[in-house]
Amino acid sequence: MKISTVLRHLREGIKNVVRNGWMTFASVSSIVISLFILGVFLLLALNVNNLADQIESQVQIRVYLQLGTPEAKVNELKNAIGNIPEVKKVVFVSKEQGLKDLRTSIGADGSELLEGYDDTNNPLPDSFTVDVFDPQNIAYAAKKIDAIGSADASKPISSVKYGKGTVETLFRVTNAVRNIGLVVVIGLAVTAMFLISNTIKMTILARRREIGIMKLVGATNNFIRWPFFIEGALIGVMGSVITTVLLLFGYSELVQASQFELGLMMIKLVTLRDAGLTVSAVTLALGTLIGIWGSTLSVRKYLKV
Amino acid sequence: MIELQDIWKTYADGTHALRGVSVLIERNEFVYLVGPSGAGKSTFMKLIYREEIPTKGQISVNGFNIGKLKPRKIPYVRRNIGVIFQDYRLLPKLTVYENIAFAMEVIEAPKRIIKKRTMEVLELVGLRGKHASLPQQLSGGEQQRVAIARAIVNNPSVIVADEPTGNLDPETSWGIMNLLEEINFRGTTIVMATHNKEIVNTLRKRVIAIENGTIVRDEARGEYGYEN
Repeated sequence: MKISTVLRHLREGIKNVVRNGWMTFASVSSIVISLFILGVFLLLALNVNNLADQIESQVQIRVYLQLGTPEAKVNELKNAIGNIPEVKKVVFVSKEQGLKDLRTSIGADGSELLEGYDDTNNPLPDSFTVDVFDPQNIAYAAKKIDAIGSADASKPISSVKYGKGTVETLFRVTNAVRNIGLVVVIGLAVTAMFLISNTIKMTILARRREIGIMKLVGATNNFIRWPFFIEGALIGVMGSVITTVLLLFGYSELVQASQFELGLMMIKLVTLRDAGLTVSAVTLALGTLIGIWGSTLSVRKYLKV
Repeated sequence: MIELQDIWKTYADGTHALRGVSVLIERNEFVYLVGPSGAGKSTFMKLIYREEIPTKGQISVNGFNIGKLKPRKIPYVRRNIGVIFQDYRLLPKLTVYENIAFAMEVIEAPKRIIKKRTMEVLELVGLRGKHASLPQQLSGGEQQRVAIARAIVNNPSVIVADEPTGNLDPETSWGIMNLLEEINFRGTTIVMATHNKEIVNTLRKRVIAIENGTIVRDEARGEYGYEN
């Protein structure tokens, strides 16, 4: 292809966007609407996922030791637990620290419950809090820690707790939420593709006469196809850029407006930067692809004359 | 040169449009195609510019075996055949100039040449001053002139015209006929289907009459031969 022809196709593609103003408007609008809905759900899914991660990451294993376990044994156990591949972090919580933590978490209202206990008559055992890399592996890691305790002749571990039952339910819920989010997003993406390609098909249907005339004067299929291809891509890019701007602007407003209230509930929204990258990438890629796909597909249909 | 040898055309719905048509049209001839509606005139013309392919028989235009043409090659053959319709078929969103230049852009002619040649044919059809107008701003006769300009801009050896005066008043029709005669005079073969008795009987040319898919008459300086 000659360079002048390439330029001609580019020029023609851009001109067509302007010439078919209303059709362009219809196509761009349908792209914006579909991608916007998709984007909103994508943001929702990202946040739900993030929230699930946050909740899951709060899940810890508590390892309680026998009263009076010697310090050497404590260190030995700490190392052994730390060596389990699934384990991320082991923190020793002395009985003194444990009492202090308990006081803090009960708060002022229940302070009389712990009255009279001090370091001399502390009823609590020493313990470890164990974080795992993947919260989904928590039961497995707990079992391994339990096994370490049973293997030791002095049975230094009195119990291993991780909220058995509760954690499993939590994971079932978070996984379900994640899967539903994924299904909704994929479903919306497919719907958006059909909606948009249908609009583009209609705009080209209105121009099948034009294609017929082009063929009549001896235009090759490629010659006809290129301007439509460029037009489709342009429409896709326009639609997705508008959508991205709308989504990012709306989301940044939402993050700012809700910061205080959600902060009180210890909920943190995905930052604009993290969410923005995913959302813009998805909308831009999808929009452009759909634009090209829709126009190429429809032109091909009318080229078979 | 256009040559049809025992051409049969049956459409998918079972209509027998042509039944064994053989004819030879020499270079630089002017031929009227007459006959009742549905007799096969349009099919005859569509075969020439390869809109349709024959069910049986051979057709050659300028030495190309049109029926056996690979789809990839069709555009290149069409560039040597100008087609004119009753309904003009201009691109509504392009100006007069752009409509004509389009046919040259398609063959990737240099811009300078496109401009020169387009203005040349606009001059020939008498629409130089209207180059920036849109088709809808023109009268029917003017639109047909643009269509003719587009058909001849690439210097085709053959012009196929399907009732070019069908939508025009008598006076405008004569303007179009003068133009076609001028183009024919410059060396282009013209095949024109028409229902216009007055034109055929006044501007005497070869007349081929088709009825029920067969040629019933072929006269060198013929008459229309039907009541309108």
